[in-house]
Amino acid sequence: MTSLPNSTQKKLGLVIDLDTCVGCHACVISCKGWNTENYGAPLSDQDAYGSDPSGTFLNRVHSFEVQPQTGAAQLIHFPKSCLHCDDAPCVTVCPTGASYKRSEDGIVLVNESDCIGCGLCAWACPYGARELDQAAGVMKKCTLCVDRIYNENLPEEDREPACVRTCPAGARHFGDFNDPNSHVSTLSRDRGGMDLMPEQGTAPVNKYLPPRPKDALPEIDVLAPFLTPVAETPKGFLGWLDKTLEKL
Amino acid sequence: MHPAPSVIFFTTFSGLGFGLLVFLGIGLPPVTGVTAFAFFTLAYLAAVGGLTASTFHLGHPERALKAFTQWRSSWLSREAWCAVAALLLMAIYGAALVFWNTRLPILGYLGAALSLATVFTTSMIYTQLKTIPRWNSRATPAKFLAYALTGGALLAGQISLAIPALAALAVLQSIVWKQGDTALSRSGSTLASATGLGPIGQVRAFEPPHTGTNYLLREFVHVVGRKHAAKLRLIALILTSGLPIVLLLVPFSHFAAGLAVLSHILGVLTARWLFFAQAEHVVGLYYGKR
Repeated sequence: MTSLPNSTQKKLGLVIDLDTCVGCHACVISCKGWNTENYGAPLSDQDAYGSDPSGTFLNRVHSFEVQPQTGAAQLIHFPKSCLHCDDAPCVTVCPTGASYKRSEDGIVLVNESDCIGCGLCAWACPYGARELDQAAGVMKKCTLCVDRIYNENLPEEDREPACVRTCPAGARHFGDFNDPNSHVSTLSRDRGGMDLMPEQGTAPVNKYLPPRPKDALPEIDVLAPFLTPVAETPKGFLGWLDKTLEKL
Repeated sequence: MHPAPSVIFFTTFSGLGFGLLVFLGIGLPPVTGVTAFAFFTLAYLAAVGGLTASTFHLGHPERALKAFTQWRSSWLSREAWCAVAALLLMAIYGAALVFWNTRLPILGYLGAALSLATVFTTSMIYTQLKTIPRWNSRATPAKFLAYALTGGALLAGQISLAIPALAALAVLQSIVWKQGDTALSRSGSTLASATGLGPIGQVRAFEPPHTGTNYLLREFVHVVGRKHAAKLRLIALILTSGLPIVLLLVPFSHFAAGLAVLSHILGVLTARWLFFAQAEHVVGLYYGKR
């Protein structure tokens, strides 16, 4: 049944630190690399070397400019993958039961052999986390690297999602949100972890840490207050020009 | 949303087909024998043709039967059940009319109710999507049912019913369009809420995740066709309701009635194209396309 579980034993998910992300897209590449050759159908590309390339990705990095009331604009890199929502609308719309949320760890997955490729789950997702693979005709989405995190053939440090493992800036964190003392729970609590589009009522598990407020450099030149600023009213020829232009 | 021809054909023709089945089910017109055969063939061609078209956009149509399993949670699954139940019941009802000149009224009413339920479940597939504020409204099922019943009345030759219904449909559609135009802004979803960056300042999409296009942009961020929306709306209203009303008011001829039906179908196809092309999915916010 594509009904959602009432609760999940674990609540595995990611914390994404928008303050730390440098927008290098390494998570995009490592995600595509791991997931194209492991769980499920490969992530295909169409016209990869032609004039109109496109392909399936489970993780994409946007960049946004934010202009505060005062001060300089900020550039914020914004990785986006499935948020493994508690109230995942993509699960309940599925007509075949291919889309499901696991009651043991809360991961939202697609059973590709049941997927008819109707695309309705992608329609229901506000975040654009699901993409219909054009070659396989089935829905692809982030699996939280379900084939890594429990994989005892991998060294322990590799048992986390590929995007987290690869992030050179430490902007991505993986853990159990049901455990109040876990790394991700603590981070989210301390840094004001937020939901994306809370008004959609999806109750996302993944949390985003907002960029920390920018600090201002204190005046470091002790002599500066004693120095008069450069004259702002021009004199001589420039002064005459300024006045004349003013009168025109 | 991408206005896929398969889905436009599906909703238009299955709506018309099930609309006609509603009228045949309640015995309007009271047909038997060859006339009944003609009416039922028309209804089944439209309904089944529409349903078949809907499978064309599937990635794996050969697995379509699996869509019957999730009726407890999924509107798409419920639609599949309603459609099959309606078509089976109406087939028995129609066969009795065609071959034995017998009307089984209870079966007819049940079939009519199931045909209406099919149109309702179709509309709920769209209505349930919070991600598309324009569709996420009670107006969507009202509109789908109104279209199906009006088209059904027209196809069933119920002229005295069809004329006021066509006029009412035009009014309803105009209200729905007007209401829909502000749906996204009323939904509260903005780039600020999508990114959570609103508290810092004014958010602007600076750079997309990739230089090319992708599935999300193709499927959800259809902008090109919206250019002529206002003109197309007028055309849709004239073809759906205006012209058919005029053609039904002139002294009856099969030619004029046929033209009225043709005009209505073209109008509904145009309105359905707009239904998809003008629907704004909130994922477009992330791409700065809203």
